[in-house]
Amino acid sequence: MAAVTPLLSTHGVSRYFGGLVAVDHVNFEVLPREIRALIGPNGAGKTTLVNLICGRLAPSSGTVYFEGEEITHHPAHIRVGKGIAYTFQITSIFGNLSCADNVALAAQRALTRATGRHKPRNYRRTTLSASITEALDRVGLADRAQLQAASLSYGHQRLLEVAMGLALQPKLLILDEPTQGLSDGEIEHFCNLVKTVATEATILLIEHNMPVVMALANRITVLHHGAILAEGTPEEIRANTAVQKAYLGANGGEEGRVDY
Amino acid sequence: MIGRTESTRVVGLHGAILTALFLLQFILPAYHHGMLTRIMVLATYAIGYNILFGYTGLLSLGHAMFFAAGLYGAGLTVYHLAWPVLLGFVSGVLSGFILAVMIGFLALRTVGVAFMIVTMMFAQAFYLLTLYYADYTRGDEGFVLTQNMRRLALGEWTFNLADPIIRYNAALLLLSICLIACLLLVHSSRGRVLVAIRENEERATMLGYNTFANKLMAMLMSGMMCAAAGAAYGLLFGYVGSTFASIHYSISPLLWVLLGGAATTLGPLLGTLCMFYLVDISSGYTSAYLLFVGLILVLLIVCFPKGILGTIRERRLTWLP
Amino acid sequence: MSRLAITPRNRFSIMDFGPYLLLASLEGLVTAAILALTALGLSLVFGVMRVVNVAHGEFFMLGAMLTWAFTSLFLGYPVLGFALAMIGSPLIVGIIALVAERLVLRRLHYDPEATIVATIGMLYIIQQLALSFYGPEARAVIAPVTFRIQFPWFGYAGYKLLVVGISIFLLLATWFVITHTRVGLMMRATQYDRETAQAFSIPVDRVYAGVFAAGAMLAAIAAVLIVPIQQAHYLMGLDPLLLSFIVVIIGGLGSLKGTMLAALFIGMSDGMISVFFSPTLAKILATLLVALVLVYRPQGLFGEVSR
Repeated sequence: MAAVTPLLSTHGVSRYFGGLVAVDHVNFEVLPREIRALIGPNGAGKTTLVNLICGRLAPSSGTVYFEGEEITHHPAHIRVGKGIAYTFQITSIFGNLSCADNVALAAQRALTRATGRHKPRNYRRTTLSASITEALDRVGLADRAQLQAASLSYGHQRLLEVAMGLALQPKLLILDEPTQGLSDGEIEHFCNLVKTVATEATILLIEHNMPVVMALANRITVLHHGAILAEGTPEEIRANTAVQKAYLGANGGEEGRVDY
Repeated sequence: MIGRTESTRVVGLHGAILTALFLLQFILPAYHHGMLTRIMVLATYAIGYNILFGYTGLLSLGHAMFFAAGLYGAGLTVYHLAWPVLLGFVSGVLSGFILAVMIGFLALRTVGVAFMIVTMMFAQAFYLLTLYYADYTRGDEGFVLTQNMRRLALGEWTFNLADPIIRYNAALLLLSICLIACLLLVHSSRGRVLVAIRENEERATMLGYNTFANKLMAMLMSGMMCAAAGAAYGLLFGYVGSTFASIHYSISPLLWVLLGGAATTLGPLLGTLCMFYLVDISSGYTSAYLLFVGLILVLLIVCFPKGILGTIRERRLTWLP
Repeated sequence: MSRLAITPRNRFSIMDFGPYLLLASLEGLVTAAILALTALGLSLVFGVMRVVNVAHGEFFMLGAMLTWAFTSLFLGYPVLGFALAMIGSPLIVGIIALVAERLVLRRLHYDPEATIVATIGMLYIIQQLALSFYGPEARAVIAPVTFRIQFPWFGYAGYKLLVVGISIFLLLATWFVITHTRVGLMMRATQYDRETAQAFSIPVDRVYAGVFAAGAMLAAIAAVLIVPIQQAHYLMGLDPLLLSFIVVIIGGLGSLKGTMLAALFIGMSDGMISVFFSPTLAKILATLLVALVLVYRPQGLFGEVSR
């Protein structure tokens, strides 16, 4: 393989909950500018692994590196500051605030990081405005900027979450089951959005929707019982019998069935 | 996000109210003049409380300890150590700051109901300490700061803080400073972060904000403001006693803020004003006036949790800060 | 709780210490017994409904006031008056609690913070109504039995030992209801998982109402027992409230066993410290202890980490 420094890497990372092994000595790498999908049956440990990466959980053992720096014991907000953005599996936005205010909170954080506090107030205000509009534009919510976030439909709330992630100008954007509950049209719009975002940021995508995964991912990692079962391109994964047995095959998925 | 016209309206409104308060002193009869002085100092206490409760979403049931820290910080130094008024005031505010740091590091590890109880317990311990060290504090009985002790010396001028006119304007000055500070906070990005923490703390963390540091900052600001109010109260009215540390003085700012409207800059002032006059009027009829306090509290929380200004802001004047 | 008023401290020698200790222990036991009942009421409400009732002390005070009312109806017959109070007081307080629950708590959907604020309001209302109806003076009630137990060193009011006995009986009865009856099972199911309980067609609303009333009744009955020892006064609710808080938090919210053990510990030590040192110091230490427990070990000593 080419000697590209991974953007994110985990080394022997594990997480136990009492007697339950949720994540089992996982060595996982994400290269810059790729779209990586993380799939696996329910309970495979995908969300736990991602929580270990973004800092919501501390690992029981192992280390996590981001851009060559060890972040294993960094709290979540510091990791976000370093460039890891996470959109929640269960939508978590500021319901009582307007969409613009929601995105503003993300954007002002990125602004502070980028420019420091010493720019004049007007500059910050106009730059902030511009960032907010841009983020909302990209997801298609620009005309809903002043609406209260809680009044949006479920699909639009998920888009708002993505907008907030974008406004953070992250290096690694983690999307946790983003298409869940979206209509087909919304899913298609979402896939196009992800492709454009991938030109500026690396994407880690947890998904159950196999067509989306196959369409978007450069590489796929399959998790099963907290350990990596297989890794490779979509074609390789599709052909992998162990994966079929554990996941695709068990669901009777039409997508990856190889008859032999 | 605040636009240009909204900004002018907000500044205009606050300016108008402060000017009105300034002008009122020339037409009010002596009784109401004195009442309003008291109201303004306690409204400052309420504004400090509102920063933590209304904007950051942390309901403390022990804020009397900050008020009392300021009260005793100023009172004890002036009374026992014969410190000048200004230095006493500063030591009052400093006491509030130090207490807020200690309490912040402990209490901010808890949330919700646990936070309420922890703050209530610390405040209760503080109150009991003022009783325990009655040798210095004279406990419930308290001690009086004579007029001589309450002369504020600034350069060549001496202001007698017992004089009603000086008192009124000193209270107004304190209120103005704290009100403006609150307004500045609310419109800053810091203020937005506090609101974010109140609305969805986990989300705020995952947007990269150090929620603990922000909550601590809010607590320090709140503690100092409440202590300033306490110090001013002691220096302006000349009496320092344990009752100001009791749980009743912790519940009062909650009541005033709820009534006026939590998370509004002018709500605390309005709530304090209304409550004072309500108590004043009803205590003319019965010694059980706290009954009305209780009824209003229940009514507010069940039917109008947003308070007066909060409901007005929701229904009509959305630009109210 | 009544304090020793016998030998001044500077007069006791080694020979006096033993009896002193015994007396302090007995007093502590009485305190613990009453505290256990009161705290149990608070603990049940928090355990099942997940709300804190700040007016809990006022239910206690109401129980005491009603006892005085009942006994003063039958001045010549203290036993009759007292027996009536033991039944009537908790009943009336229970009804008041039901009304409050329906009118206020339910409408707040049992939101924890809002409930605390609302119950603070209820505290003021009940307290001031008591002030209006019963006045600010303390009201004394004669104990229904006046025999004394003679120890070699001092005489001790037999009624106090009766209080301990009745408390233990009531505590055991409550424990039995909770662990061995269908009603108790419904309570525990609702405490464990409200939604699942509803799915099993347990009438959660009625369980909540019942638990709230039961909590108030336990406080009331504790007050009925204590009134002959300590007088009834409209401000008497604050101390039991704070002590119950301390017990419930240290013992672990929602844990029966924890509440009992903590009540024993706090009751005995409060009695001891107050006798040998200053009562104020005892309270300071107790409140600081509660705060620190909540900060560092929020589940108390025996409670489970909340789900």
